[in-house]
Parts: sequence; C-alpha cells; structure tokens
Amino acid sequence: MIKNKFKIISIIFCLLFFNQISFSQTDIDGLMMQKNFFCVGPTVGYSSWKNYWEGTNKRENLNLGTVSTTAAMVMGNYGVTDKLNLLFGLPYIKTKASAGQLAGQKGLQDLSLFVKWVAKEKKIGKGNLKGILIGGYSTPVSNYTADILPLSIGLHSKTAMLRLMADYEMGDWFATISGTYNFRNNVTLDRNSYYTTEMHYTDEVKMPDATYFNVRAGYRSSTWIIEAIADQWTTIGGFDITKNNMPFISNKMNATKLGIHVKYDTDFVNGLSFVADASTTVAGRNAGQSTSFGGGIFYILDFSKKKKEETQK
Amino acid sequence: MKKIFLLITIAAGVTFFYSCSKKIDEANLSYPAINPTKPDANAGTWKPILLTTAGEFACAAPIATTSPDYVVQLNEIKSFQNEISAEEQDLVNYWGAGAVLRWNEIMRELVAKHNIPPFQNPDGTYPAPNANNPLAYPTFPFANPPYAARAYAYLSAAQYDACVAGYYYKSLYNRTAPFNVDANIKTLLPKSTLPSYPSEDAVVLGVSVELLKLLFPGDQDFINQKAEEHKRARLIAGANVRSDLDAGEALGKLVAAKFIARARGDRAGTAGGNPTIWAQQEADCKARGEIPWISQEAPKRPGMLVLFGKVKTFLFDSLTLVTAVRPAAPPSTSSAQFKTELAEIYDFSKNLTREQLRIAHYWADGISTYTPPGHWNYIAANDFVQQNFSEARWARNMALLNMSLMDAAIACWDAKYTYYNPRPSQMDSRIKTVTGLPNFPSYISGHSTFSGAAETVLAYIIPARAQQYTDMAREASASRMYGAIHYRSDCEKGLETGNKVGSYAVSRGHIDGAE
Repeated sequence: MIKNKFKIISIIFCLLFFNQISFSQTDIDGLMMQKNFFCVGPTVGYSSWKNYWEGTNKRENLNLGTVSTTAAMVMGNYGVTDKLNLLFGLPYIKTKASAGQLAGQKGLQDLSLFVKWVAKEKKIGKGNLKGILIGGYSTPVSNYTADILPLSIGLHSKTAMLRLMADYEMGDWFATISGTYNFRNNVTLDRNSYYTTEMHYTDEVKMPDATYFNVRAGYRSSTWIIEAIADQWTTIGGFDITKNNMPFISNKMNATKLGIHVKYDTDFVNGLSFVADASTTVAGRNAGQSTSFGGGIFYILDFSKKKKEETQK
Repeated sequence: MKKIFLLITIAAGVTFFYSCSKKIDEANLSYPAINPTKPDANAGTWKPILLTTAGEFACAAPIATTSPDYVVQLNEIKSFQNEISAEEQDLVNYWGAGAVLRWNEIMRELVAKHNIPPFQNPDGTYPAPNANNPLAYPTFPFANPPYAARAYAYLSAAQYDACVAGYYYKSLYNRTAPFNVDANIKTLLPKSTLPSYPSEDAVVLGVSVELLKLLFPGDQDFINQKAEEHKRARLIAGANVRSDLDAGEALGKLVAAKFIARARGDRAGTAGGNPTIWAQQEADCKARGEIPWISQEAPKRPGMLVLFGKVKTFLFDSLTLVTAVRPAAPPSTSSAQFKTELAEIYDFSKNLTREQLRIAHYWADGISTYTPPGHWNYIAANDFVQQNFSEARWARNMALLNMSLMDAAIACWDAKYTYYNPRPSQMDSRIKTVTGLPNFPSYISGHSTFSGAAETVLAYIIPARAQQYTDMAREASASRMYGAIHYRSDCEKGLETGNKVGSYAVSRGHIDGAE
C-alpha cells in the first residue's frame, strides 16, 4: 500500500575523483518522500580505476596499480511535508592501491545534509512537470587527511550546494535534469607550504568551486525504477597534474560518467526496497577512469500512523 | 510557505558566502621591511668563501653625487615616484623584506617546481634530464633533495661572497644614498645608514640571477622578470640610483662566475652514475654478506644520484668526510637489532596515530616541494625576519646553513651508497608507507642528517631558540619512522652525522669575522 504511494530517494555513486566517492548527490532525483515518512537504509559501493587522466593525458601508474574505494553508507530522507524533504548521508570509506608502497586510508568521510523543496508543480500536456530546489551542505566528520591523494578518503572541504532541478513525468516514463553549483571551502593541510603552479606559504588551500550536471531518464512505476544516467562534474579553476607528479586537492578535476540505476519496491514487505547502481567514466581530467557499483536496502518508517490511531481513539 | 523557503534558501546562500571567505594570508607576504639593528658596515672585512680577497673583482669608482649624470639618475627615481600604483607599492614591500631572503625564496619555488622524478621510457629505463636541453622532457633539473641542497648552498655561499665584496666597495667609495642627496626623494623603506654604492640588493641580485640560471636553465624568463622587478622596486623605493644598481649587479655577476666554475667541477654532474657503478655498489654490499637495497619502484629505477657522496664539500675535505664524518655501519640485516628495528617500523605502519600521521606529512617534503633543505631554509627565513639582520648577515647565516645542508647531503649520500642498506618495506612486504618511499638506500636518513645539521647551525645563530631547533630536528627525524620508510638507526645516526656536519659550519662562523 505504502510503496505504491511513496517513492524513495535514489542514490548514485557519483564522481570518483581519485579516491573520493562523492555521496553528496543523495538527492539527485525528482521523487519526494511523503509527509511524516522516513526512509532510511544502508548502501555499499565499490569503485576502482587503473587508468587516470594526468591533466588530459591518460596513463596508468605501475606504482599504484588499481586504486579501489569501498564504501558503506547510511542514508535517510524524511518528509517534513509532501513538498519539503530533509535528507542525510554519511559514508565510511576505505581505499587501497594494488601495487606500490602507499598505504590505503580509511575512515568516516563527510556528513551530507540536504533540503529538497518542490517549488513549482504544473501539468504540461499529458504529463506533470516539477521544479525542485535543493540546498545541501557537507562537512567532514573525521580528521582524515586529504593530502595523500589518490588514497585520501576525501578532500576534507566543507561544501555548500545549490541545485535546480526539473522533473517531467508522463505515465510511467520520466526525465530529470539538474544543475548544481558546489561552493567549496578552503582546506587545511598538515604542512606549512605547498606548490600548485606557484609556491604557497600557508597550510590553507583555496579550493576551486565546481559544477555538476545530471540527466536521467527512464521507466518509473510504483514497483520499479529503471533509469539511465549521464553526468558531468566540472571544476571551475584548479590546475593540471604535471607529468609524473602526484595529484593535489585543488587540481582541475573533471569527469563525465554514464550509469544506470535500478530500484525495486518489494511486494512482500511494505516499505522495503532495493537499489542497485553502476557507472563508468567516459571522459575526465585529473581523475581516475573509474567503474563503480553499488547497492542498498531501504525501509520506510511511518511516523504518521501513530498520530492517526491516536485521533481515531 | 513558498516565499519563506525561498527566503531561507537565499539567506543560507548569502550567509555561506560571507562565512567562507576564501582569502588566505600567506606567511611570506607579510614579512616586514629589512631594518637592521646592526648595519654591519664592516662586512667587507669578513672572510669570503671562494674569493681570495673582498676586492678580488674590480668595481669602478662611482660618479660624484654632484655630477649632472647623477642628477639624471635622481630624476629617474622621481619619475618612478610621481605616481606609485598599488602594484608598485606591493613590489616595494615584497623586495623591501630583503634581497637574500627573496632570492632564497625564489630558489625554493624553483626547486618545488622541478622536484618531480622523470617518467619512464617505454622500455622501462629512465631518461635523465639534460642541462643543455632543459625544456625537453624530462625537464632539467630533477631538483631532488641532494640537487636542492647543493643549489641552496651555491646560491647562499655566492650571495655571501658577493655581499662581502659589495660591502668592501661601499666602505671604500662611501657614496651616500639618493635620499641623503636630494630631500625630494621619498623613501618608501627604512633608510639604510650604509653607503649606497654598490647596492647590496644589486650584488645579491646579480649573483643570484647567474646562479639560478645555471641551476634552473629552463626558467630564465621567470628569473629575469624577478630581477627586473627587484631593480624597479629599489628605484621606486628611493633606496638606490641606477648606478648603485648597475655596479652592484656587475659585481655580483663577477662573483657568480667563480662559484659557477666551482660548481662545474664539483663532480655533481656525474653523480647519477652508470649501470656499471649501480651493479658494483650492489655487488659490494653482497660481498659484505649483507642484503642490498633494491628499488621498489616499478619499473625499477636506479638509485638517486649514487655518486653524490663524491661531490666536493664546502666545509671539510674528502678525507675528513670518510674518517671523521661517515657513520659506522648499520646493524647487519641478519642481526637481532635489525629485526627489532624492523618490527618497530611494522608496528608504526599498523598503528599510526593521527598526530604521527600529521608529523609524517608535516616533514615529508616529498615530490613537488622545496625538499627538506628548503624546509629548513623556510624555518630559518621566518626566524631571521624577526632578528633584524643586515643584508650581509642574512647572507652569512644562510651560507653557513646551506653549506652545512649540502655537506650533510654529501655525507648522507656517502653513507647510503657505502652501506647500501635495504628499506623496511623491502625487508617486510607487509609494511606500507604513508609518504612516498624514496628511491635510495635507507641508512642514514636524509631528513635526519639535514635536520641535525640545520639544528646545530641555527642554534649557533639564534641561541635563544636552540631547544626549539632540537625539538624540530627530532620530530623531523622521527617523522621518517612514522612514515614507515626508515629504521630508528637511520634516524639516530642521521641526526648525529648532521650535528657533526653542522659543527663544521659553526667553526667557520667563529672565524669569519662576523661574530
């Protein structure tokens, strides 16, 4: 019953920049959680790359081999109203290089929080168009180092996100487009100077902002969601990795990815659903050519029932 | 409802912009103008390093401050001062902090830029940078720690001799500064009490440009641009007239030639060795019954500058290096002590605290950085800024520091390739590192040797900070164990050897006439 009415958040494992899996796009779809319902669940993900773009030059690195990232994450979405949702995500990440001497890193990465608001809804033709506004913020929750790329578990930058989204639905078919601007705060390193394209005598690194575009379309019924996804992360500014250098957090990291996302709402337990994702990087700059897989289980908790029952009494 | 959320969103966005100002204050851009407590007017009598006498190279007598040509030069300053843009004021402030300081900083930047190991050839061998074709890949130089240590030393030693020569002629000719001649000349920097001909800034500039071009031949545009800015800053500031600068620059270039000649003959050019030498060093180690170091890079890279231990030292001779400075052999790879030390490093690699990781990264000074000698130059520069040294004393202190760092590199590389000791991760494949594994034998630790030398020299220069230097050196040394790339013996013997090397610089300090 519930599953027919309430659609849950989808996840994708987005943008692997070296070892940063960005889970910040916890809300990249046009679906909303209904008032007083809370959807929560664990997800896991695995991402790896052997080749990467050093600037625009694609290469492998025999002293890294295949760099992999394994992540476990808890995500949730609460319906404040039908048109206003609050979301969160928190991943634990572990990295590893299959060759060379560098030690993998692990730890809790960044907590993401989102406010998602359906600002406008309109019938157009036979379908329904939604305009959605999403604000997000992510902040590191552990004192991990960003300065051991590509094995760092993240970039340790506090980030604010502003996303505009349009979702068009016609029967069981849909398309969603969104554009995001990521404001990234300075990052503090454990050293007192560093070189980008010039010398800097400070432990603070000015992080270039970034944009993110996402297009997704496919089939969306009460039981199944099957969608194809294309996205593009672009760093505004930043610099290229020089030949045979190591990556640095303020590099110009870009990536274009294609992926699929599937969600199945079970028949046997109300509110239980499964998700699966896969994506591959088709173009990039200062980024790994990653292939990613992920899956998760979600369950919807209904906080409105009790109230209803109480009123009925 | 809608409006409320829209307002909240906008407010949140605006708040974020204000709360997250991205402006960064970089430490080196707020150094105060040089304003020496002691002008060191007698620095022309200090003992030079390579010059036979302070007056070895000629510097022609200046024109009189009453001559028409001098008036033309005063007018040049006035035209610069007529309208001073914000950018020009920044230049004055930047260069006003000191010539030795800024040219040292420029070299640190070039070292960081060039401190990247060459990428392999398709056949798995490695190309060597070529000084005669510096812009072709791999660009020249690969400014690794020994290369950098040598570069800093030549620059600093040459700057010192240039200052001795410059101050000698200052006293000899005693031509006063432009602001003393013409009251209409504004002074944008503290007024120097020294004679202004030849300009101390210009002797440092002249000598630095030549040394930098030798050491970083592909960056001449950048170097020339800095030199132009430096001269312009001196004129805008009203500190020198054109002829002060020209004479100083010319004198600096003459002094540079002497150091360049030494550099060309100091055996650094052949320090890379060749396949015969690489094989011989490995065979010698095996013949002693020890396990030799093996490169853990893929493809295997020849050890870094295997003959750098043969480079000509500044502070002692090659016999002293072998008999008095070289540390005793490391614990045998088959000894119980070795096993204990290896186990200790495995333990660090498994159970590193966040603070230890911070220390490992703070002192890593790996690729794309100014190297450990550069780090100690930065530490010294930050402290010297507080000391109100004269330009000549800056040069002398930096020369003592950097000659000790170069000789520390030589002593360290001598030990590394004499003993050819394997790295912890070679002996225990479970050991992974949190910093780049250097591609050369383990014993003794370079960071420790550099730090031991720097600690000793800096404690001599600023005794009040001796304890801090010791603490820093120990931390830098231990950082290599935390990084899981060195044994305790490497670090302890490294510090000890560095201390020894540093003491030779201190001995020189006692007799150079500057105390």
